[in-house]
Amino acid sequence: MRVPISWLAEYVDLPEGTTVADLHAALVKVGLEEEDEHTFGVSGPVVVGEVLEFTPEPQSNGKTIRWCSVRVAPEGQMAADGGADVRGIVCGAGNFEVGDKVVVTLPGSVLPGPFPIAARKTYGHVSDGMIASARELGLGEEHDGILRLATLGLDPEVGTDALQLLGLDDAAVEVNVTPDRGYAFSVRGIAREYAHSTGASFRDPAALPVPATGEGFSVTIDDRAPIRGQVGASVFVTRVVRGIDATRPTPPWLASRLRLAGVRSISLPVDITNYVMFELGQPIHAYDLDRLQGGITVRRATEGEKLTTLDGQVRTLSAEDLLITDDSGPIGLAGVMGGATTEVSDATRDVLIEAANFDPVSIARTARRHKLPSEASKRFERGVDPAVADAAAARVVQLLVDLAGGTADPLGSTHRTTQPPAPIRLPDGFVARLIGVEYGQDEIRSALAEIGAQVEEAEGGLSVTPPTWRPDLTDAPSLAEEVARLAGYDRIPSVLPVAPPGRGLTRGQKLRRAVAQILAANGGVEVLAFPFVGKDRNDRFGAPEAGEVPAIRLANPLDGEAPYLRTSLLPGLVEIAHRNRARGFADVALFEIGSVFRPEAGVTYGTAGIPPIAALPTHAVLEEIQAGIPPQPRHVATLRMGSAVPKQPGQEAVPADWRDALTSVEQVAAALRVRIRPVRGTHQALHPGRTARLMADGPSGRRRSAGPASSCPPWPRMPTCRASSPSPSSTSTGCWPSPIRTPTRCRSARCPQRRRTSHWSWRSRCPPPTCVPRSPRVQGLCSKTSGSSTTIAARASRRGRSRSRSRCASAPRTGRSPRGRRPRRSSRASPSRPSGSAPPSGSSAGAGPADNTRPGAGVRMSARPAPAVAPHGGAPLPAWLRWNPCLCPLP
Amino acid sequence: MNQAIAAREAELAEAETAARLAAERVDVTAASTRWQPGSRHPLSLLQEEVADIFVGMGWEIAEGPELEHEWFNFDALNFDEDHPARAMQDTFFVDPPERHLVLRTHTSPVQVRSLLERPLPVYVLCPGRVYRTDEFDATHLPVFSQFEGLAIDKGLTMAHLRGTLEHFARIMFGDEAKIRLRPNYFPFTEPSAEMDVWQPNAKGGARWVEWGGCGMVNPNVLRAAGIDPDEYQGFAFGTGIERTLQFRNELNDMRDMAEGDVRFSAQFGMVI
Repeated sequence: MRVPISWLAEYVDLPEGTTVADLHAALVKVGLEEEDEHTFGVSGPVVVGEVLEFTPEPQSNGKTIRWCSVRVAPEGQMAADGGADVRGIVCGAGNFEVGDKVVVTLPGSVLPGPFPIAARKTYGHVSDGMIASARELGLGEEHDGILRLATLGLDPEVGTDALQLLGLDDAAVEVNVTPDRGYAFSVRGIAREYAHSTGASFRDPAALPVPATGEGFSVTIDDRAPIRGQVGASVFVTRVVRGIDATRPTPPWLASRLRLAGVRSISLPVDITNYVMFELGQPIHAYDLDRLQGGITVRRATEGEKLTTLDGQVRTLSAEDLLITDDSGPIGLAGVMGGATTEVSDATRDVLIEAANFDPVSIARTARRHKLPSEASKRFERGVDPAVADAAAARVVQLLVDLAGGTADPLGSTHRTTQPPAPIRLPDGFVARLIGVEYGQDEIRSALAEIGAQVEEAEGGLSVTPPTWRPDLTDAPSLAEEVARLAGYDRIPSVLPVAPPGRGLTRGQKLRRAVAQILAANGGVEVLAFPFVGKDRNDRFGAPEAGEVPAIRLANPLDGEAPYLRTSLLPGLVEIAHRNRARGFADVALFEIGSVFRPEAGVTYGTAGIPPIAALPTHAVLEEIQAGIPPQPRHVATLRMGSAVPKQPGQEAVPADWRDALTSVEQVAAALRVRIRPVRGTHQALHPGRTARLMADGPSGRRRSAGPASSCPPWPRMPTCRASSPSPSSTSTGCWPSPIRTPTRCRSARCPQRRRTSHWSWRSRCPPPTCVPRSPRVQGLCSKTSGSSTTIAARASRRGRSRSRSRCASAPRTGRSPRGRRPRRSSRASPSRPSGSAPPSGSSAGAGPADNTRPGAGVRMSARPAPAVAPHGGAPLPAWLRWNPCLCPLP
Repeated sequence: MNQAIAAREAELAEAETAARLAAERVDVTAASTRWQPGSRHPLSLLQEEVADIFVGMGWEIAEGPELEHEWFNFDALNFDEDHPARAMQDTFFVDPPERHLVLRTHTSPVQVRSLLERPLPVYVLCPGRVYRTDEFDATHLPVFSQFEGLAIDKGLTMAHLRGTLEHFARIMFGDEAKIRLRPNYFPFTEPSAEMDVWQPNAKGGARWVEWGGCGMVNPNVLRAAGIDPDEYQGFAFGTGIERTLQFRNELNDMRDMAEGDVRFSAQFGMVI
């Protein structure tokens, strides 16, 4: 919101010489953040001049210039720049006559650009200043000729300061208005906030006397499909002004204020409606009464109905769009944009003014649907004071009468169905309990009164009725904020809360750090690539065999070439390796630890609906939401390119090769404390003879596949690097949405942490638990890149843990379930498989339990006992919700 | 005789050893090395440093998925379906949008998950990657990271919020660091505030720096997690890790943090 200082000063007392910086400092204290400042950028001696005579002089370039003699000060007086009262000025425009009053920028003045004016020789004369156009002054877009003051209806004295005359000496503050404060999108609101901040006295512009409201104009609100139960128009005020002259110039004070507020001057009636909107925050629409057919009906559109809006676009409407119609059909998209048929033009004589209050939700949806964010829709979306419509309509009538020569007509209408705001109970001590400051009772009452609320004593507290312009004040905390804000946040003391003893990092978090540290300590540079990739990359790197790899596609990607989320970290590493090489760094060792997104083929993720706000959804709904989130395991991948050991005195360069890939795998394995054994494998992106599948020791000494590894010499056929990730069949189930793997509550009687759920590190903390988590498995693969290089991706799976969970499941049966809790199996557990045994491997060459890529499909849902009492005292939560995200396998 | 032989043998052995050691002499100043240091990413290191500070205060580190359901990302955090704040978040939607999956626009969904999953009281820090549809330029990244703190307990006030932030700021920026709060709006906090930090050791002199947002958790967020707001209340705060790194280390171009140029990370090495 931009507010010209002169405008603000009309409604709040500003100290003499208040600057934009002063205003920003005052407004930021009450929550209106500094955004920018705006001026016309014109300064120096800019005066009113009178053309005394001119001589047209054709030039060799085809132009005709006028060599003018211009009076810039009353006869015998010194001009504003200290020079003579009559100046010789060269002017290229031809739209003026002798005797016209014009704006002269004398030497020493500066025009926007900045463009300093000086006496300089041009076209054979010394031009002692310049005659300015509206555009050169920053007043408008007109540049057909110079600005003749007569066209603005002005006839000032020669030598008058034109900056003051045209309002060019004004400046505007721009503040960022938060989306809850629609009322601050007006000079009225900003003036009130300034008063809150500084204690200056505030005069409400909406408090102007409203003459008798109009009657007799037919308005029907016929909303048969209110959105979320809110009728489309709760206030609809119309007034009529007859006999206006729409061609009159907009007075400079009004034009310059609009310009500073960020809108162009269009025509006097339109400028007046905009002016009142900025002043009071009430969007106004003006109709040409002669072009209206019959009365106005506000209704919803029918699907597919057409409307030509003011901008000339034909818009196809949705059944949710709120329309203004007359007997001829739609004449405007309510609160968003008017229609072309009833637009006010230069020929308009009689005007119908509409000041309405439309449902914020309806307007927001329509503005979004038609991509029509306007000054009006911005205000309606955030809430317009329903009580200001009468005052706004009256203000427009007054300005049309004063400036456009119209006559107020008794015709008009008033429709109002708004309810007054409901009182809010503010219990005694509530503010202090929330803010931590003991405010006095008087202080609270006066702060609330200052924002315009009505405060009454009630039993055990106050009953506060918020003002009509503050729909955001809905509960006691919002009132507490007002008290704290007006008293100043600086009064809030600093008290350090003491958290209960924590358990430190989870095992997963520690392991993830260990992996990163060991790779960096061995020469790896950690990178964080964006996860956006193209389909070809996912298909190439995401599976060992050629074919389509299921991947998540974005609906609104930034780059149309890369609309998918990565299924492997390798494409990102390869791209970064390329970038480094292009910058002259051919010897790089990169690694990344990050999420990959591995949806299952044929599964529809997400949910059809969204539960409402401010309420705990049912277990079933939460489970559905959770089940609809695609698996997002964290992977680690490394890539080496160029020399592993650089050439140096006494040492030849050692190129990176497949052994380095396996070394990285060993390093990851060492950090995770698992054993990994390579066996021969294949992958579509890798050298067929240099690919390994990595086998990690599983529980009970069984081995399971962890994916391929390789390195290759350059492949001339393939200029881009290729790398791969393990087959889906061997993909780790990952940490997301592993929530389904319920974290386990330690059931050891000796566990000091029994009351806390799911501490993954309990192996070390609780010696003889009923179930023992295993080390995460590691999967890895190496792949080729161009050049003598190697990539490795390794990942840990939680297979071991899910198995241990399975074992947990049997705990209750062995009589170790505490307090006889009923073991509960997650609904996502595979019903066909007995708990406690893993299904056989489907993919890899070795033995080992199969990985089920989808938690629901195979990862054992732990049948963990449901807590007897939900942690929050409400209904018990679904088992998966006790998921602890820290249980991620590897990072 | 034997003694003479033994003495001579010892003498010869000594001479042989001395000769060998002399021959094996190297120039230690001209050593070649097979090892080269790598480097962690400065954002990861800063994230770990922040996590360590809070772990030291007894907090725990919570994490959640980057591809989130809209309910967790918006509705549970009191973003009404039609509230302008929701449209302002520049969200990446997963195709098809009618299935309500998004790339999380902030780490706040982890707040709700933490409240659902953990027993009260809850004191957690949620660091992680977040996504917004900003074009990739010197001041915007479509993928960046945040950390967010959440404390829900009985009797927590805004004074505790300031105390926590100031303690944290002092560890990060030195003993003279302090926090300034300015009123602001977030759907998930009420009252809400913008936090500025006084950075005493800034290059070019101490200064206030805009750091992030914070506030008292909105009762509607607690209700979404099934917690009685009359019994429990608490605070939350959050800020960008990139932003913190940027003003702490005087970095101008955010693209450096995302491009993966080995020279960028190498400046930070293994510690930050």
